[in-house]
Formats: sequence, structure tokens, C-alpha cells
Amino acid sequence: MLHTVNKSPFERNTLDSCLRLAVPGSAILLIEDGVYAALAGTAQTAKVEAAAKTHEIYVLGPDLKARGFEESRLIGGVKVVDYGGFVDLAVAKGTVNSWL
Amino acid sequence: MSEEPVFDTQGVVKKFMYVNRRAPYGTIYPLEILESVLVAAAFEQDTSVAFLDDGVFQIKKGQDPKELGMKNFSPTFRALAGYDVEKLYVEKESMDARGLKVDDFVVKVRVVSAAELAKLMAEQDILITG
Repeated sequence: MLHTVNKSPFERNTLDSCLRLAVPGSAILLIEDGVYAALAGTAQTAKVEAAAKTHEIYVLGPDLKARGFEESRLIGGVKVVDYGGFVDLAVAKGTVNSWL
Repeated sequence: MSEEPVFDTQGVVKKFMYVNRRAPYGTIYPLEILESVLVAAAFEQDTSVAFLDDGVFQIKKGQDPKELGMKNFSPTFRALAGYDVEKLYVEKESMDARGLKVDDFVVKVRVVSAAELAKLMAEQDILITG
């Protein structure tokens, strides 16, 4: 299963719900304002770092670039994908759960 | 017959504070607020702009939303000084929670505590928050 999260973790509890219900081994792709969850050194970092131990965490490159963050600011282990990579993940993981 | 109302607004200057609480690009709020700031500035009002919560992300350096088909409006914050809008505040608590430093911002801001910002807000005639 591929989970996508598009809300800022500082403003909404969407990421928390996703992390609570995503089974280990499933993939989580952070898109739109969700990309802020992938940043190191924030008040949200610890929970995402913990999730990265049991889940594959991805972030959508164009959304990260739009918001002015380079890959060097990301939590270790988070992978950046482009739109093509998003499609590949959706195909590979079978079901997509869009947490809106 | 009722009399026509008279609006004598010539020379009236009020204290306006625009409060940005949202991240750029995810919603239209930041752009709408920025346009309002320019209107207040055009009418020579005593205008200040505050950034708190996810609003602090609006002034992150290096934004490039070309691939989203959107316009990077962050350089406009640098142009505000040309309209005599020079009071830009960032709430320290919000900045720290997001791992941001003053060097991350496109524009020179005054970093204030929540308590200081509360005091500044209390001094305003008009607050517009989005």
C-alpha cells in the first residue's frame, strides 16, 4: 500500500493518523504541504525518524523544491522521487490511500 | 429623504497588521494576504506583517514552484520596504519548531517571542489573519 499525505504536520493531524494506521513495510509519500514532515531539526522530526525505521518514506521533489528546501535538510533515509517516481510507487504498491 | 453619507478619510492612518499563518502554495491564503498588504501600503496605512505557525515558511529562501505551475511570490516581501512596509515580525516559537534560522529568510525580519507579538497585536487598529 502507498499512503500519501498532503497536509503540514504542524497544522493538521493527518500525518499522525496515517502513521497510526499504516502497517509496517508500507510506503508513505509526502506531497504538497506534507513535505514539511520530511525536514530534519523540527518539532516533527522525531516521529518521522521513528516511522522511517519501519516504513519506506518518500518525498515529492517538485513540492520540496517549490518550498525552498534542498535534500540536505531532509531526515536521513527519506528518498526523493519525481512525478514519474510517484507513478512507479502507485503501480508497485497496488493500493493508494490518499490522506486528505 | 435621507442624507448622503459623508466619508472623510483623507489623511486617516490606522495601524494594520497582517498575520500570515499558512504555508505557501498549499492554499491561496498567503497570496491573498500579500495582495491586501499592498493595498494597505498603497493607501499609506501604518502596515506591519507578522509570520507565525506555518506562515514562517512563506519567507523561506530558494522557493521555486515552476514545476507546480505556480508563481514564486516570496521576492515580493523584499519589495515591501519600497512601499514603506518595514515592520516584519517572525514569532520565535514558530520558527524554532520548524528548524528555521534567520538566515533562511528572504527578507530581514525582527524575531519576537509570542508574548512580544501578542503585545504588538494588542496595539493594532485592524488585524487581518489568514
